[in-house]
Amino acid sequence: MNITEILFWFLSVLALIGALMMVTNKNPVYSVLWLIVVFFAISGHYILLNAQFLAIVNIIVYAGAIMVLFLFVIMLMNMNADNEPQKNKWLQLAGAVAGGSLLLVIVAALRKSETLAGQHTDAGGTTGLIHNLGQVLFKDFVLPFEISSILFLSAMVGAVVIGKKGD
Amino acid sequence: MQLTNKAKAVNRSPLTLMERLYFPAILKGMGITFSHIFKKKVTINYPEVTRPFSPVFRGLHVLNRDAEGRENCTACGLCAVACPAEAITMDAAERLPGEEHLYREEKYAAKYEINMLRCIFCGLCEEACPKDAIYLSETFAPSNYSRKSFIYGKDNLVIPHPQNDPEGFARAKGLIQERKEKTKQQTA
Amino acid sequence: MLLAIDWALLLEKFILIALVVTVSMVVAMYATWGERKIAAVIQDRYGPNRAGPLGLFQPLADGLKLFMKEEIIPNASNKILFILGPSLAMLTALITSAVIPWGDKMEAFGRTISLQIADINIGILYVFGVVSLGVYGIMIGAWASNNKFSLMGGLRAASQIISYELAMGIVLIALLMTTGTLSLGEIVKQQQEGWWNVIKQPVGFVVFLICAFAECNRTPFDLAEAENELIGGYHSEFSSMKLGFYLFAEYINMFISSAVMATLYFGGYDIIPFYDESAWGLSTNTMAVLGLLALFAKIFVLIFVFMWVRWTIPRFRYDQLMNLGWKSLIPISLIWMLLTAVFMLLIK
Repeated sequence: MNITEILFWFLSVLALIGALMMVTNKNPVYSVLWLIVVFFAISGHYILLNAQFLAIVNIIVYAGAIMVLFLFVIMLMNMNADNEPQKNKWLQLAGAVAGGSLLLVIVAALRKSETLAGQHTDAGGTTGLIHNLGQVLFKDFVLPFEISSILFLSAMVGAVVIGKKGD
Repeated sequence: MQLTNKAKAVNRSPLTLMERLYFPAILKGMGITFSHIFKKKVTINYPEVTRPFSPVFRGLHVLNRDAEGRENCTACGLCAVACPAEAITMDAAERLPGEEHLYREEKYAAKYEINMLRCIFCGLCEEACPKDAIYLSETFAPSNYSRKSFIYGKDNLVIPHPQNDPEGFARAKGLIQERKEKTKQQTA
Repeated sequence: MLLAIDWALLLEKFILIALVVTVSMVVAMYATWGERKIAAVIQDRYGPNRAGPLGLFQPLADGLKLFMKEEIIPNASNKILFILGPSLAMLTALITSAVIPWGDKMEAFGRTISLQIADINIGILYVFGVVSLGVYGIMIGAWASNNKFSLMGGLRAASQIISYELAMGIVLIALLMTTGTLSLGEIVKQQQEGWWNVIKQPVGFVVFLICAFAECNRTPFDLAEAENELIGGYHSEFSSMKLGFYLFAEYINMFISSAVMATLYFGGYDIIPFYDESAWGLSTNTMAVLGLLALFAKIFVLIFVFMWVRWTIPRFRYDQLMNLGWKSLIPISLIWMLLTAVFMLLIK
């Protein structure tokens, strides 16, 4: 067991604990904080895979921006266990069924991908480094990359339009 | 209608491009603050340096003695009558034989109290005194925790005795002399 | 095979980290003294001059006072998060310094020691990531206080930092287009050989500086702790060293952002622009020390600018802050990024 493996197990356990705490916690602020812990654990995994760019962008975008906005909204709404509305029993059942189906799909997808194991877990790989990532994104996958950027742009324009409606 | 010529019309014209850029104005402001670094400091380092009092400053009272160390006050009560704040009270007593070296005249103030919280330091007591006995010095009352401590008795007011503390006596006399000259200039 | 670690390297890095953290703390401590002195001289006063010569022991006295103060945790607060908040603020303030190249290499005990704790190839992004996390310390502390003024301060800080991060990121992209690398060590080496980036990117630097003011919650953007509206803002409820952590974190942030700006735009440990210092023929260690001094001189000048601006410009109103961020700085930085790109295409 070398240091990479120790780190891997540590981060995996941390990610799982964080995810469980996030789901089970009654207080939404705690949930957000545990979700941030999960993001950090996942970023740690990226670093173990030598994908530093992905790791840091994961932190900047998810932990640094999106979760701040989540926290922002939750703090403003002042949600806590006392004033949480009583949920419909059937709704809860439907949620459980939907979540279970999603889990099944993911497990099924992961079972098929076993052949890939061992190919990309090599810590010496250089695909994740910023130079190679840039080459791949702007040469091999330039069309999907640009299309997704247009998607983001339209979302931004839409947000501005909705924001302007009040005036 | 214009009453004074102090009114200043506010310029409400829209900002010019230079003003809207905002940056030149900030740089100008920073230039002003930077130049202040080298300006003379206006602070007075208090305990080491004190600000000089105005020549007509009126501070705590002192009760005068004559050159032999006898108290001038005869408890005539004119200061108490003159006091607009009613801060002065006194008890008169007759001088007994053998006390001639203590009091200048046959009557003296056994108790003389000024409430420094009531006193407005107007100096009317000084003007009213016919016996050259009360003067306002150039110090002010130090702060304290109790109201009682602001009632100054004879022990706080009478200037030092020439035999016990010749230096203190000389200093007090000098201050009183200065004060007299200043008031004379003021009235002249 | 278990734990095959280069112990000497570990020790070296450990000493370096301890040094950098200590230096950050000391600089932050004396930055409080400097702030008060600069505020004083700008306002024609003397500033602290009682504790020690020139008031130099003032920060020690202040620190001692903060330690001795009663530690109050409000009853209605969320106790865990109340403690977590200032700790996070301090943590995020301190860990940024890991990627800053404090100097070139040094030689000691037969080893070549790099004066940069971690020269990772995404250095700038790391700084950016840590800065974006800095807001959690403020938000968590503010929310945990269970005080509406604190919460207001925390929300202001969060929206302000997110808004200004955008413009900061865009001017960084413009800078990165000219450097072609994200590693701070590489960026300094490029500037040692060629021009300082501030000459290539003047508009970028100004926008970056303004955003740095906003990210550090410094006046004119200190709306998160606007005393006359929000009591003490996010740290209203904090006392003793927890308050000290927040105040300290602000000064450490100022120090680190000055260091980042010196590294990105002013050549880092490069001593004289447009001049090859290696012609002096000095030994590696002497050069490293000189470079370190040069870097610190630049950092102190930038910290002075931070304070100078604070005591010149009054606080913005909140809508002015947002207008400046979204309607001025972001368009300016976008245009600047495009101009840089066009220029780079032309000279290619």
